[in-house]
Amino acid sequence: MTKDIENTLEIKNGQAVNLSEIPVLEYQEFHALVLDLLQAEDVHCVNYYAFPHNDILRFICCLADDRTQGIYLLSHIMATGGGLLKLESLTKYIDALHIYEREIWENFGIEFEGHPWLKPVRFPHDRYNGDLKVNDYPFYKVESEELHEVGVGPIHAGVIEPGHFRFTCNGEMVLHLEIQLGWQHRGVERLLLEKPKLLQRTILAESIAGDTTIGHTLAFARVMEGLSGISVNSRLDAERAIALELERIAIHTGDISALCTDVAYQLGTAVFGALRTPLINYTQDWCGNRFGKGLIRTGGSHYSLTDELIQRLRNLLDDFEWRFKEMADKAYSLVSVENRFDEIGTVTNRQAKLIGTVGMAARMSGVKRDIRHSHPFASFSDIPYVPVMLEKGDVYARYYLRRLEIEESINYIRKVLDNKRYFLSEATSPVPETNLNLSPVSISVSMVEGWRGEICHCAVTDEQGKIIHYKVKDPSMHNWKALELSLRDLEISDFPINNKSYNLSYCGYDL
Amino acid sequence: MNVLGFVLAIISSLLIPGIITITKAKMSGKKGPGVFQPLFDIARLIRKGNVYSTTTSVIFQIGPIIYFASVVVALLFVPFGQYKGLLSFDADFVFFAYLLGIGKFMMIISAMDTGSGFEGMGANREALYSMLVEPIFFILMGSLALLTHYSSFYDLFVHIHYDSYLTYLIAALGVYLLLQIAMVENSRLPIDDPKTHLELTMIHEVMVLDNSGFDMGLINLATGLKFALYGGLIANFIFPVEWSLYAQIVVFIMVNLLFAVAVGLMESFRARNKLAKNPKWILMLSSISLIVFLCVIEITQKLL
Repeated sequence: MTKDIENTLEIKNGQAVNLSEIPVLEYQEFHALVLDLLQAEDVHCVNYYAFPHNDILRFICCLADDRTQGIYLLSHIMATGGGLLKLESLTKYIDALHIYEREIWENFGIEFEGHPWLKPVRFPHDRYNGDLKVNDYPFYKVESEELHEVGVGPIHAGVIEPGHFRFTCNGEMVLHLEIQLGWQHRGVERLLLEKPKLLQRTILAESIAGDTTIGHTLAFARVMEGLSGISVNSRLDAERAIALELERIAIHTGDISALCTDVAYQLGTAVFGALRTPLINYTQDWCGNRFGKGLIRTGGSHYSLTDELIQRLRNLLDDFEWRFKEMADKAYSLVSVENRFDEIGTVTNRQAKLIGTVGMAARMSGVKRDIRHSHPFASFSDIPYVPVMLEKGDVYARYYLRRLEIEESINYIRKVLDNKRYFLSEATSPVPETNLNLSPVSISVSMVEGWRGEICHCAVTDEQGKIIHYKVKDPSMHNWKALELSLRDLEISDFPINNKSYNLSYCGYDL
Repeated sequence: MNVLGFVLAIISSLLIPGIITITKAKMSGKKGPGVFQPLFDIARLIRKGNVYSTTTSVIFQIGPIIYFASVVVALLFVPFGQYKGLLSFDADFVFFAYLLGIGKFMMIISAMDTGSGFEGMGANREALYSMLVEPIFFILMGSLALLTHYSSFYDLFVHIHYDSYLTYLIAALGVYLLLQIAMVENSRLPIDDPKTHLELTMIHEVMVLDNSGFDMGLINLATGLKFALYGGLIANFIFPVEWSLYAQIVVFIMVNLLFAVAVGLMESFRARNKLAKNPKWILMLSSISLIVFLCVIEITQKLL
């Protein structure tokens, strides 16, 4: 193991390093090393991508080690000139890597030999073959007289976001679900390169997934800070952690309300829905936008948390806490609700590890994945956060985990507010940077635990300090697979509550 | 005077959906729309034209009309106190049940006619639950027939005499069962959720996804009528024939209002069933109807 690590470069969350410091390995060596490192339970892949530069395709793999709080960077290169490009698949051995290899295959046409599920990620067909249309998506098919297929979408019944769901059913029972996304591919990663100004890029980052504005913008800001060598003061770190946790509480409350809607428990729908409003209204009072747009900026903040805002936040949390508890005590002990959620859509611990779920979807089945705990950022390194874990992995676990995380987040915000070091000082947050000098030929990796799970942003610069590649990874990339597994041997009518219980991002996946 | 019951039932059918909505809104701390909002919606729908999918045939076009007609005709059988319904003959409750069955059958095949995967699924579910709920109605009515030795709605209700604890039990269970049958037949909680937007979980709503305009208006009207149908039966169960006509009118309207409020309350404080548990729920109702049957056997001493 020690010898292996010598062939990698270990960095911390949010750190930037010179690209040349990452050892470039032969593919055989790279392949063996990745497999070897991933043998350990505490190591998982947070990003694996390729980018072309000077006729060379450079592959970067980021493996996060929960024990050392480090991120191992590995790399290998490949000449892009002509010919069929083939590599031996890693997915053959580690299922969780399937999505990364599919993406690389889709973007650069590299055939991964032995990949069991080499299918498009965002395009309905092979993007280089213009003759193929949406209908040609290679869905998994079972030939049988008794089975039938049900296609749902891409237009969602509640007109939220587009995604196509193909069920193979035996009567009411689902044997297999396949999810085809990519219906709102906006080219976010390309736009992030094309738009030269920092503000434009920040606004793009805010729009990666509208419900994770704080999470994605924070990841973006920290990548930029890493590349330009800015270190932010502890007050700003505290404000960012508070914003992130507020977002988590608000979205979780809204999701609990939506889960109640899906099982027709109307009291829960109404009360939890109403509870979410003061939270997002507070964010609006703080920064002018209910979803926190404009709040997170590179190197500083336009909206410092004033004493008055702090007092109001304390009052808000006190008020929210007892109201939430009163309703939750009812909603979480109502027999008809428990009956509806229990034992439905179970993803076992083994399955969760295999497909590499992250965030909530991992913690609900006993997999300890929480960036706040394993690779702390912002104030999470000063004030530790203890992840909430559940074992069962069914819809009820996801429903219950939301409640526990809300309570934990409230406690965490209080701990931050109570910490004299952050807020009693006269120091306000610095004014955000408008022009950055990014260090040349560098790479920066930043991870943030958004409310869905780990968000990972990576940026690479060239000799002039210009960003030549930007990679965004939303937790939904991994967790959609968990939804597919949840539906196995389940009634098709249970699909909506399963889907809602994960509440994954379509646009975060489509990018 | 036979027509009076029919007229009152029509009036309550128009109000029941609005009252249910208001009750549910109040129970979740909302203001809610006016009582007549569902009627405005129906009026809007009826003014609109129909849109027919090109894959459908004439079945799809006549389905809603036959469904509506079957419910209206069924309403003619509901008696009112000492007055018979507009139609009444021996064993009319069998005719009543299968009349509603015809309407439902037309809705099911018109849903299949659209060729949509969703609607087929909904039709399949609706057929299953209707089939399961049928024995409840027949065991209940059959038990009453055994008790009274009559077999038309009018005679059944007129000749029930509340003279022992067991007959009170029969009345209480009968009212409960009719209420639950109304919930199942109208695809309400806990079997179905009329408010949901999720096609995959729907039963009745998904069957009428392709219906629009005038047809949709008829289907919505029929929902109210079906509630009034069962509300009327419950009212007959409850009030004694000896009461004066005016008292009966008041009680009839009160029972229908309370019925709507009860439906609203039942839907406010619980979640719906898992679809797989619905058959068990309906079978549980069947076993309650068997209790009625046992009571009747006990009263009539047929057991020995």
